Amino acid sequence: MKTFDYVRPASVSDAVAAATEPGAAYLAAGTNLLDLMKGGITRPDRLVDITRVPGLDRIEPMPDGGLRIGALVRNADLAHDAEFARSYPSVAEALLSGASAQLRNAATVGGNLLQRTRCAYFYDTASACNKREPGSGCDARIGENRLHAVLGWSDACIATHPSDFAVPLVALDAVVEIAGKTGRREVALEDFHRLPGDTPERESVLEPGELLVALRLPAEARGFSAHARYLKVRERTSYAFAVVSAAAALRIENGAIRDARLALGGVAAKPWRARSAEKLLEGQRPDAASFRRAAEAALADAKPSGDNEFKIELAQRVLVRALLLALAGTPKRVPALPASPFSSPAGAFA
Amino acid sequence: MNHSISLTVNGVRRDIELDDPRVTLLDLLRERLHLTGTKKGCDRGQCGACTILIDGRRINSCLTLAVSHDGADILTIEGVARGDQLHPLQAAFIAHDGLQCGFCTPGQIMSAIGLINEGQAGDDPERIREAMSGNLCRCGAYSGITEAVLDVQNSLAEANQRRSA
Repeated sequence: MKTFDYVRPASVSDAVAAATEPGAAYLAAGTNLLDLMKGGITRPDRLVDITRVPGLDRIEPMPDGGLRIGALVRNADLAHDAEFARSYPSVAEALLSGASAQLRNAATVGGNLLQRTRCAYFYDTASACNKREPGSGCDARIGENRLHAVLGWSDACIATHPSDFAVPLVALDAVVEIAGKTGRREVALEDFHRLPGDTPERESVLEPGELLVALRLPAEARGFSAHARYLKVRERTSYAFAVVSAAAALRIENGAIRDARLALGGVAAKPWRARSAEKLLEGQRPDAASFRRAAEAALADAKPSGDNEFKIELAQRVLVRALLLALAGTPKRVPALPASPFSSPAGAFA
Repeated sequence: MNHSISLTVNGVRRDIELDDPRVTLLDLLRERLHLTGTKKGCDRGQCGACTILIDGRRINSCLTLAVSHDGADILTIEGVARGDQLHPLQAAFIAHDGLQCGFCTPGQIMSAIGLINEGQAGDDPERIREAMSGNLCRCGAYSGITEAVLDVQNSLAEANQRRSA
């Protein structure tokens, strides 16, 4: 690992000032950053340790009924917060689908949103990777790419965003709060991550030195709590990144879908909101046929980026299954043991 | 630049001068404090062999910098027995053959202590397997490991029941 300066600011403004220099990186738990530094993929000159900055580790109700989650709240603490899990059960379920218990105990919610792709060519410094080294090319295009993106990818980059947590968040209209030299701003999580285009090295709208300080969930998102699930398909039962995942949330009135919120994970460089599919479901009877039509709409623009055509059909089936699980209802015990493709939609794990 | 940190490790206060901020908590325990019970498997957060408790919570000590833990209370495998009296999980791992080569065992036991502290898994084997998935065992002693954790969970539940009866 390259040497670096280590500083530990005591306030957000000190942190932002310390991170404005080129080569600086924020350090929270470091569960992703240290891994990247050990591999020589990220080589910061200065680490700005924000773990002692006060006020960033709170879960606070907002006056308007929403919830504000500080960037330093640990993934496990959020998932097991009883009020949070009751109000936003699919988000708790997604958190518990990610990583391992040890990592969830350490990793922060801000770090989760800012984690880097797990594309093997990004991690291998001997490979060409436009994200790691702009202009060097993309070895994933001609390599092992069955797990890569099927939506929103470019010739420069076909990597996916690995977060589970971000998928139901983007479905439920979460907002992130950002602090910078000139003050604070807010961005919808849906607009926070960038698609690769010609600049895959720029993964979010954060400007140099800007710090993600909090995440907010709107009050309106609580309205889906009776029918909200997250379903993740992976290559082993636990402790693996998603091949494909889906967050589905429904509001059902008089036997019809009043409102739907859908997003996919593992398919693109950002958590993928499926708005056209949501619109198709409004007013429909909730059944396998309407769910399948919605899933087809969600993947209408998908195209394989390599040996991954199977992910397009898989994503549709995962979305249908997530909708069936959501229709069956949120499990009584929340946070739920993460939903499994092997459980029946009738709720073997409910 | 030197960084001074102070840790409580297995109940003993340790004041440490770090001449390099790159030292992970795992390397500090093994190389500086000579507590080699905590194992270095992958060193990348994938295997769980380096699991320790910080302030009662299980984490991977390979993926965290020692310098950011000034003031922390750390428990490693060396601190769980009381003299010759094994921790109930240590005894259960022996009773249920929860190991073969033993390399992953300190991490498994620390992880299981963390799991029980968390109080989320109860006596559901499905939840225990899920909650222990961050600890790999290449000998494949998983069934014995699950039984050992379940055994200790059940004894604790019985003891609690007796207390409340």
